[in-house]
Amino acid sequence: MAATIRIPTPLRKFTDGKSEVDVEGGTVREIFDDVENRHGGLKDKIFDDAGEVRRFINVFVNGEDVRHAEGLDTPVKDGDELSVVPAIAGGLGSRSRQV
Amino acid sequence: MAGKSYDELLAEYRESIPEMDPEQVEETLGNEADVTVVDVRESDEYRAGHLPGAVQLSRGFLEMQAAKKLPEQDARIIAYCAGGVRSLFAANSLRVLGYTNVTSMKGGFTRWKQNGHPVDVPEALSDQERERYARHLSIDEVGEAGQLLMKKAKVLCIGAGGLGSPAAFYLAAAGIGTLGIVDYDVVDLTNLQRQILHTNARVGDPKTDSAKDTLLALNPDIEIVTHNDRVHSTNVDELFEGYDIIVDGCDNFPTRYLVNDACCKHGIPNVHGSIYRFEGQATVFWPGKGPCYRCLFPEPPPPEMAPSCAEAGVLGVLPGVIGVLEAIEVIKIILGKGDLLTGRLLTYDALEAKFRELKIQADPDCNYCGEGKEFPGYTDYAHFCGV
Repeated sequence: MAATIRIPTPLRKFTDGKSEVDVEGGTVREIFDDVENRHGGLKDKIFDDAGEVRRFINVFVNGEDVRHAEGLDTPVKDGDELSVVPAIAGGLGSRSRQV
Repeated sequence: MAGKSYDELLAEYRESIPEMDPEQVEETLGNEADVTVVDVRESDEYRAGHLPGAVQLSRGFLEMQAAKKLPEQDARIIAYCAGGVRSLFAANSLRVLGYTNVTSMKGGFTRWKQNGHPVDVPEALSDQERERYARHLSIDEVGEAGQLLMKKAKVLCIGAGGLGSPAAFYLAAAGIGTLGIVDYDVVDLTNLQRQILHTNARVGDPKTDSAKDTLLALNPDIEIVTHNDRVHSTNVDELFEGYDIIVDGCDNFPTRYLVNDACCKHGIPNVHGSIYRFEGQATVFWPGKGPCYRCLFPEPPPPEMAPSCAEAGVLGVLPGVIGVLEAIEVIKIILGKGDLLTGRLLTYDALEAKFRELKIQADPDCNYCGEGKEFPGYTDYAHFCGV
């Protein structure tokens, strides 16, 4: 299945700066395998050692959180849009600080 | 045909329209259930105080608005004005309109008040406030009632930086009665590319002071409470006390999690915004009504996974978009109008000029907002700057 995956700004260094990547796969897991083939290094940032999506990252298929669907086995159809959404601290200035 | 003089008309109405003195009116109100009291004075007189439960129907608009504001034509109506004359004329007009049971109160509101009968003084905007907020008052969704809700509201902005600046600026302009600002930092030249509350001349000054000066210059009728302090686990409860809504405009994970956890503990809405380069996110985390920040991101990323500070940066205008979205959500919460961003993460990509919406759900097992969960306490996460 041909889908697109949206890459958040902090991870675009792995996709040559591209915000969107065309991918193939019938499930979310297959999509990420395909992303890894095309752009190595991304998977490590998104998955933990146990192969699960890290807890400060969420994956959505057409705006729905896969954690509330079938997780990495969530099916992907032709034309679906996946989004990877990490927690963003805010508008860091020149240094990290606490208000 | 010769017309009648004022004196003749007044005498005629005194003759034909039943009158009661304030004592009789109070007794009647105590004994009879279905009595409608009509205040025929002007709206500014009504706002300064009126009989409890009185319907305001100015003499000038009586004929136009009677059908809308008054009950059936045979209902018992007591009309009053300031001294008892206008109400006689009003009662006559009502009689002409077909109302059959209209009484006028002798001596009017002046005597009612002098004789110590109960008076309702409605909360009202001053004339100056009515002018300032005229463009709000003419919107049905806000109106005077909504503006008074904003006046009573207490909103705490976490941070007077990129997000806090536009949010606080517009909330102050809108007339939020009490606006708290938490920030411990001082104004730095690198802030001024986006932090529009501050000025070149205030570089080096505490951000809270600078914010207060700017906001009061825009709207001196509101109260700005400054908290020149860091948010940490030992002061967050005290900082949040008395506030109805929190606007999260902070720039780091330790504060975000404390803000979230305190909002869960106290059951207050957390209006969230975050920004990174050209991308922004906004939503409303409201325990009990939708997910909290931890339902979405249970734990902060470890330092090695967070974007490095060298990479951090933001288009100066971007917080303007996201901070203003936060301010709008705050006002909708106060007014109880519209559909909030609760359960929806709104993302904005400035380069693409695209908004997207992601559905976010409450996690029933969330340790912080899950029903029946005991609050696990606050965590002070380590401050870090990724490499």
